[in-house]
Amino acid sequence: MAINPDLPFKFSPMHRLQWEEAQQKDVILYPEGMVELNQSSAEILKLCDGTRNIAQIVNDLEHKFATTGLTNDITSFLEVALKNGWIQQN
Amino acid sequence: MAGFNKTKPTPPRWLLAELSYACPLQCPYCSNPIDYAQHQSELTTEDWKRVLTQARKMGAVQLGFSGGEPLTRKDLPELVKHARDLGYYSNLITSGYGLTEEKIIQLKEAGLDHIQVSIQASTQELSDHLAGTESYQHKKEVAHLVKKHGYPMVLCVVIHRENIHQMPQILEMAEELGADYLELANTQYYGWAHVNRDLLLPTKEQFKQAEEIAQAFKEKVAGRMKIYYVVPDFYEDRPKACMNGWGTTFLTIAPDGVALPCHSARELPGLDCPNVKDYSIEQIWNESKAFNFFRGFEWMKEPCRSCDEKEKDFGGCRCQAYLLTGDMYNADPVCSKSPDHATIQQAIDSARASTLSADEKPLIFRNSKNSRTLS
Ligand SMILES: C[S@@+](CC[C@H](N)C(=O)[O-])C[C@H]1O[C@@H](n2cnc3c(N)ncnc32)[C@H](O)[C@@H]1O
Ligand code: SF4
Ligand code: SF4
Repeated sequence: MAINPDLPFKFSPMHRLQWEEAQQKDVILYPEGMVELNQSSAEILKLCDGTRNIAQIVNDLEHKFATTGLTNDITSFLEVALKNGWIQQN
Repeated sequence: MAGFNKTKPTPPRWLLAELSYACPLQCPYCSNPIDYAQHQSELTTEDWKRVLTQARKMGAVQLGFSGGEPLTRKDLPELVKHARDLGYYSNLITSGYGLTEEKIIQLKEAGLDHIQVSIQASTQELSDHLAGTESYQHKKEVAHLVKKHGYPMVLCVVIHRENIHQMPQILEMAEELGADYLELANTQYYGWAHVNRDLLLPTKEQFKQAEEIAQAFKEKVAGRMKIYYVVPDFYEDRPKACMNGWGTTFLTIAPDGVALPCHSARELPGLDCPNVKDYSIEQIWNESKAFNFFRGFEWMKEPCRSCDEKEKDFGGCRCQAYLLTGDMYNADPVCSKSPDHATIQQAIDSARASTLSADEKPLIFRNSKNSRTLS
């Protein structure tokens, strides 16, 4: 599943992303499973709200963290997320 | 206290709330305890809410409502709502019996996250026979309704000798029903399944064939359906890492409030499992004798004690060690290093002999009458 650069990403309705106080981290919950996220992955996923495509996500995060050159890291994480069904594009 | 471990244990992550042992079905493979009919008292709604609150506070996040049949509890929507408010990710584990569209909507509004429906076989005749109750058609309708209302749908089929030949049709059924997840649970031989083992344990050839079919299907549906294949550990040479280690991750609360480190632990002698009516979840998890019993490695006997794989499988399943060797401290006899490993082959041989014998004994169905007779 390749990323379509034009389409926005939205978080899967079959999964839930939430902050876990006890673990002090964000997690993805789904039937019979849980994935613990590091901070940067969680930041990316929170922007998958149906309004931003990949360029906009990169732009927002580079802006937020006052840095550049995040495109590759963000792309590879979004590919993983798409493959796992955590996010969708349509 | 066998394995008392002074460092603070990791907190529970998965809570299994067995709301009631009552069940309109009678599956002969049921993992519930044989003597369930002797434990008829049930926690009140307030007790359950307190348990959910306390476990959540410690860090439990995955929640299964199970039983018996959890739908027999009238307060299920109220408990689901409480769980949602606390931030649990909750699952209704059901036979589907008694589930209506109205209830499915009501539970969705209360905040239920997903529903796992179990079906006994791919044909009506066999499914209804195994369930001991006419239920197949209704289960299929329920599966459709679960999808219709936007839940992730988990279909569960428990696999054993009576239905293993239907593997291709079972997979077809899962596809037709649009399952998002398919749990192919090779029978685990506790509770009623232990009693009926001679009639349920397939041969190695049957397993191999079924597994190949399931494996090919897994590749075919990759990206559309996720398959959870629960391995038949009688044909492995290392045991499963049971419960991810005793008292590390899983907490089960039985209908009468007894807290268990695994849903079968009631069968083990002398654990004195604590009741949530007497203690808080935190006390139970951190301090009780039962939850500390097999924590860590101190309790182990040889060959586990000096084995370099003990951190991988924790010596396997305590219930299986007890049921098959009579000593719950032993290595799980599934392990080829176990001096009792021959008990597994004996079980396999005994099951094969019973297939061949002309006067095959009948399956013992899970119901209150049989429960009282057997315990
Ligand atoms: C004990 S049942 C209770 C919930 C409900 N009555 C049902 O059967 O779906 C919980 C789950 O365990 C599965 N199960 C029951 N006995 C089992 C066994 N011996 N080995 C593996 N899975 C089993 C059931 O199919 C169900 O998905
Ligand atoms: S496995 Fe069958 S008998 Fe056991 S609780 Fe579930 S439906 Fe009832
Ligand atoms: S001897 Fe014990 S610890 Fe070692 S592999 Fe076997 S069951 Fe696991």
